[in-house]
Amino acid sequence: MRLEVTRRAAPSKAMAFLSPVIAIALTVFAGLLIFAAAGLDPLRAVHLYFVSPFTSLYSLQEVLVKASPLVLIGVGLSLCFRANVWNIGAEGQYTLGAVCGGGVALAIGEGSPFLVLPCVIAAGILGGLAWAAIPALLKTVFRANEILTSLMLTYVALYLLDYLVRGPWRDPMGFNFPQSALFEPAATLPVLTSDGRLHLGVAFAVLAVAIAAVALPATLRGFSIRVAGSAPKAARFAGFSQSGTVLFVFLTSGALAGLAGVAEVTGTLQQLLPEISPGYGFTAIIVAFLGRLNPVGILFAGVVLSASYIGGEVAQLRLGLPVEVAMVFQGILLFFLLACDSLIHHRIAFRRAAPRTEARHVG
Amino acid sequence: MQPSVDPSSPSPPPLIETVALTKHFGSVTANDGIDIAVRAGEIHALLGENGAGKSTLVKMLFGVLQPTSGEIRWEGEPVILDSPAGAQALGIGMVFQHFSLFEALTVAENVAFALPDTMPLRQIAAEVREISESYGLPLDPHAPMHRLSVGERQRVEIVRCLMRQPKLIILDEPTSVLTPQETEGLFETLERLKREGRAVLYISHRLSEVKRLCDTATVLRQGRKVATCDPRQETPGSLARMMIGSEVREVKPAPAHELGPVRLSVDRLSWRKPEVQSVALRDVSLEVRGGEILGVAGVAGNGQEELFQALAGFFTSAPDAIRIDGRDVGKLDVNTRRRLGAAFVPEQRMGEAAVGELHLSENTFLSLHASEDLAPRGWLAMSRARAITRRVIERFDVRAGSADPLASTLSGGNLQKYVVGRELSRSPGVLVVNQPTWGVDAGAATMIRQALIDLAAAGSAVVVISQDLDEIYEVSDRIAAISHGRLSAARPVRELTVETLGLMMAGAESGEAAHAP
Repeated sequence: MRLEVTRRAAPSKAMAFLSPVIAIALTVFAGLLIFAAAGLDPLRAVHLYFVSPFTSLYSLQEVLVKASPLVLIGVGLSLCFRANVWNIGAEGQYTLGAVCGGGVALAIGEGSPFLVLPCVIAAGILGGLAWAAIPALLKTVFRANEILTSLMLTYVALYLLDYLVRGPWRDPMGFNFPQSALFEPAATLPVLTSDGRLHLGVAFAVLAVAIAAVALPATLRGFSIRVAGSAPKAARFAGFSQSGTVLFVFLTSGALAGLAGVAEVTGTLQQLLPEISPGYGFTAIIVAFLGRLNPVGILFAGVVLSASYIGGEVAQLRLGLPVEVAMVFQGILLFFLLACDSLIHHRIAFRRAAPRTEARHVG
Repeated sequence: MQPSVDPSSPSPPPLIETVALTKHFGSVTANDGIDIAVRAGEIHALLGENGAGKSTLVKMLFGVLQPTSGEIRWEGEPVILDSPAGAQALGIGMVFQHFSLFEALTVAENVAFALPDTMPLRQIAAEVREISESYGLPLDPHAPMHRLSVGERQRVEIVRCLMRQPKLIILDEPTSVLTPQETEGLFETLERLKREGRAVLYISHRLSEVKRLCDTATVLRQGRKVATCDPRQETPGSLARMMIGSEVREVKPAPAHELGPVRLSVDRLSWRKPEVQSVALRDVSLEVRGGEILGVAGVAGNGQEELFQALAGFFTSAPDAIRIDGRDVGKLDVNTRRRLGAAFVPEQRMGEAAVGELHLSENTFLSLHASEDLAPRGWLAMSRARAITRRVIERFDVRAGSADPLASTLSGGNLQKYVVGRELSRSPGVLVVNQPTWGVDAGAATMIRQALIDLAAAGSAVVVISQDLDEIYEVSDRIAAISHGRLSAARPVRELTVETLGLMMAGAESGEAAHAP
């Protein structure tokens, strides 16, 4: 018996759909092993980590609150990745969205929510867009590798936020804590439920998914993005400008990340803090791929990855595990996903060795 | 195990022989029970159309692929060839169609990679020189690879193969990259190998070559062996019938028609690629009138791709360097040129002219979205694209598994019929085609060439860039040759012999010496 990996004649549609499901199942299985190795009751731990976030109305709301930024950013990143543009700096664009939106919110102060909130959100979108414009222009004008530039700008953005909340924007009434003043009610996103933190950001995420799901298959722009990624020469043959596509996807994903950032600080946190993200911009990369770069898929993937954050919090409270266990499971999930994705193009078969032992073996 | 040959028989067993060799790829049978026997001291042709199974068969003989069933015998004894290294150890050498050479290394260094142990480079260089001289394959062992022409690169591959003293040499479509003169040189080398008692397995679909060079021919069709014959006793027509399985349709020349005004002109177009080591276009000028086809002949890599890109507007030039119907288009992009009535068919079918993971109707948007206004206000007009696609499929007999298949599921010939048909569906005033029938089966090639001739006869100006001289002669009214980025003056097809064209392709007209060894 030997294991044979052969290329499929055509990519398997079933596997493209099943691969994320298998990857999630394998991640849960790996969870069993890890919890057992940590000396915990594996079944109880797995239930607490993977299932309990969905069992109460409150934690379900929390799942949606955390899924919103993941989905918003993931939809934008999926456009980039489809066009073979590797924007790894969504965390920075998210941060700049939060900084710009939060800055405007602090500056305007009180006013009519119908005036203030749109200004705050617009500032957040523009902040993310501008931060994405830097690596986009470096790529189109100087052919600089966007993986490096966008990633490095993330750290610049994080330090900028850190400086602002510890320096000029620190709340004078805040007992020297590194945080801004709380935003005025006019500058905060309306809450949608009476007993939780579910805010309007979740509607933004659903709206982004709906727009992308309609526009991607039906518009020339969506078509040009799909062609640019799978066959750059065909895009040139079609007359689609390469830098035009790069700029469009980069700026769009930057704007969506900026929107996610401003929605998080005006909705969930209602002030600027040094830590405004548990790594949404990076986790959204996993979300985009787990969702098959498909807007509706990303909606589901966002919920799954969000639950892993909630699971991490539960694990910290109830199992005494460090909250970073969420990162471990996210990494394991990405790892299994990439492995399972190879089954889309390849099949694995068990073959008996050729029974022709009488012939002379050469080589 | 039974001995394949009676020991008392006077004739020795064939050098290599296959018995009922079969290879399945999933549900596809690429080779179905093939028997072929190649003897020492013969040049054996393996004939067949694209997709007939030639490559699969030789890959099994060279240990790259494993047969599903059947047997390979070497000098009468069954063997299992499970790697190219094993095949080489046995005495089998292969020269692939696509070279595997390192641009940055010298000839001798490239050869050294193929040798099993650590022979000193000095000795390798000496042997390369010796072999290349004695077989009429002149090469400088210390020349860096990137300076070599395609013909010279092929010599490196052949020398590399001969360094191991193979008994059987397999050549895959070796002349597709050579000028007529270089082909002559290769044939002399092969004759010499044959006289030394080596066997040559020669894969080709060029019937005239096979008839001239080969002692035996095995013909494959759709994965099965159709015949083994002596090609010298056959006519090109009878060989073609064996390959295709039916009469070959001839291309009908266009009826006599008046030539119209000049529709496409290029005036002293020069271009240097930003990257180094690539052929630039040097002072290229041409004129094509409505109603005629200009053939551009040339060995691969002499500026054909750049000429095509310049005409298509992938890069811009001086405004008046290119004119379509009298309008300066040098600065215009591809879609503006399309709106002015031009159409383009690039060389690369998959990945440029079409995207494999898109349906044909989606591929229709690639080149027609602007000229046919298929995306009004940015929204894709899917139903109109489907209608156009349906008409192309019908008119060009594109065989597909479904009404709107993925481009990747079509065979090369059918995809090319779609790609050419998509452009012809607009009845363009100017059509530029790069390698219109490369790797396409004979039936599809005839149909495409006929469509080009018919388009010109209806008053369009057509430029056909091709490495296939038979095709150039079949469709062109005038022929120009491109060499090192220079385009010769175009000559009427009736006044141009193959020998002269060969010299033009080697750059003789521009004062550079021909490469013929």
